[in-house]
Amino acid sequence: MSPDQIGFVTLLKKEVMRFWAVLGQTVSAPVITALLYLLVFAQALQGRLVPGYDGISYTQFLVPGLVMMTVIQNAFANTSSSLIQSKVMGNIVFTLMAPLSPLEWFGAYILAALVRAALVAAAMLATALIFVPLPVAQPLALIGVFLLAGGSLAALGLIAGIWAQKFDHIAAFTNFVVTPLSFLSGVFYSVHSLPKFWYTASHLNPFFYMIDGFRYGFFGHADVPIAQSLLWMSGFFIVCSGAALWMLVTGYRMRK
Amino acid sequence: MSAPFPPALVIDEVRKSYGSLQALKGVSFQIERGEFFGLLGPNGAGKSTLISIIAGLSRATSGKVAVLGHDTVSDFRLARRKLGVVPQELVFDPFFNVVDMLRIQAGYYGCGEEVWPWIDEMLERLDLKAKRSVSMRALSGGMKRRVLIAQALVHKPPVVILDEPTAGVDVELRRTLWSFMRDLHSQGTTVVLTTHYLEEAQEMCSRIAILDKGEIKALETTPQLLARHPFRFLRLKFANGGSLPDSLRSLVASENNGVIELKLDTQANPIAAVFDALRAAGLAIEDVHTREPDLEDIFLELTK
Repeated sequence: MSPDQIGFVTLLKKEVMRFWAVLGQTVSAPVITALLYLLVFAQALQGRLVPGYDGISYTQFLVPGLVMMTVIQNAFANTSSSLIQSKVMGNIVFTLMAPLSPLEWFGAYILAALVRAALVAAAMLATALIFVPLPVAQPLALIGVFLLAGGSLAALGLIAGIWAQKFDHIAAFTNFVVTPLSFLSGVFYSVHSLPKFWYTASHLNPFFYMIDGFRYGFFGHADVPIAQSLLWMSGFFIVCSGAALWMLVTGYRMRK
Repeated sequence: MSAPFPPALVIDEVRKSYGSLQALKGVSFQIERGEFFGLLGPNGAGKSTLISIIAGLSRATSGKVAVLGHDTVSDFRLARRKLGVVPQELVFDPFFNVVDMLRIQAGYYGCGEEVWPWIDEMLERLDLKAKRSVSMRALSGGMKRRVLIAQALVHKPPVVILDEPTAGVDVELRRTLWSFMRDLHSQGTTVVLTTHYLEEAQEMCSRIAILDKGEIKALETTPQLLARHPFRFLRLKFANGGSLPDSLRSLVASENNGVIELKLDTQANPIAAVFDALRAAGLAIEDVHTREPDLEDIFLELTK
């Protein structure tokens, strides 16, 4: 490996080691929370039919959405919490002084967030499969949607982490942007069951396409065509990545 | 084309403004390879701002910095690989233990297992061997400072900047650090030091720059800087509580517990003339002591 590649791999490894050191908090806790959602909603809405999803039980319908919601939240949490902790503790100087390019920073943080999101998704699916049988109709779409959604949210987490100056700012970003958008993205319902206004509004929420695309990967059909979801997600990924890279290149709020 | 043996550091017309505040007002100087260089100045002089710009933590409003001929912006990778910086603040990553932290730091600079023996050597030299597997968060302040020093040296940089490395540390660490730095310097490492302990700078540095209010006030070898001061000090204690004649009052630099220190211009106030005046006043001297000006006197003179 060249010195540049060693630098990149080291930053990636360090970011993985960081969440690995507190695995109970970074992987187990979100999996348990999502499984509790599954337990409560599946129990309360058992036997309910989902419009447009014939032959699929409500519990089956729920699992892909919950997994993707957890991917979204954890990919965002990994990059944003890592950056804000480093900034508040001051140890960000070690990486700022290192001979790492903005692209290497970006790549290492995004990949580490994807590793955490994949671990969370795998743990959730493995547990859910004990109780609910799930088909995998389109594995490539599943992987593509996971990478685009996880990558976008990791990039959004980078933006939030660079912009934030204290933990409260990250909490605000999580509570007022990420959580509402993920809850209103069709995790618990099909958008076909919504009134006209909310049906239209849902189509402006990028998280909706992540949930819907992921569901397509399992069932082979969803509320909107997969091409539309992939297009929306690609656009969102490009916008988030572009903004994050611009911040890294210019040293926005980091290299004063 | 770059010079075959460029200086360790070239700082060229570096300016830095924070809004209307000008932290650096066009600072230029260069540090040759193998120097032990002191960068001194009062709080707020701009030392840390300059170091942040050299290290890439901050961007200059204008001007250029090169480390061993590598521009810190356009050729940042090589510039940073040649540089090790011990930051002033006691910062650490709480997720890792000492040896993992050092190996991660080495990796950032493209170094792998080949530097592990060097890491072990540093742990030994900095008395960190027993703390090798201890979490960073469990270390005392002094131990964290030792790790910071090791982190800056882990990739064996030819240029090392120590930003107040001995602030708030005990005598033992100070001695350990200076012995380690002397060894590295004797092997060819360029060392740049900022410190508030001026006796350290006087003892260690071959050349000194004094920065004040964002400008270089002096840049000379340490002996030249010391010779700059045209004064010497005469400390007197009179027997039987005698007091200084009025003709010498204007020369008093300090007065403490009956001990008077006179600041004498070597040309205008010869010591013999002072003793003649004391004799004429009939004063009996109990104790006398002369002192050459030290770096602190020069520093105060230049930054007042």
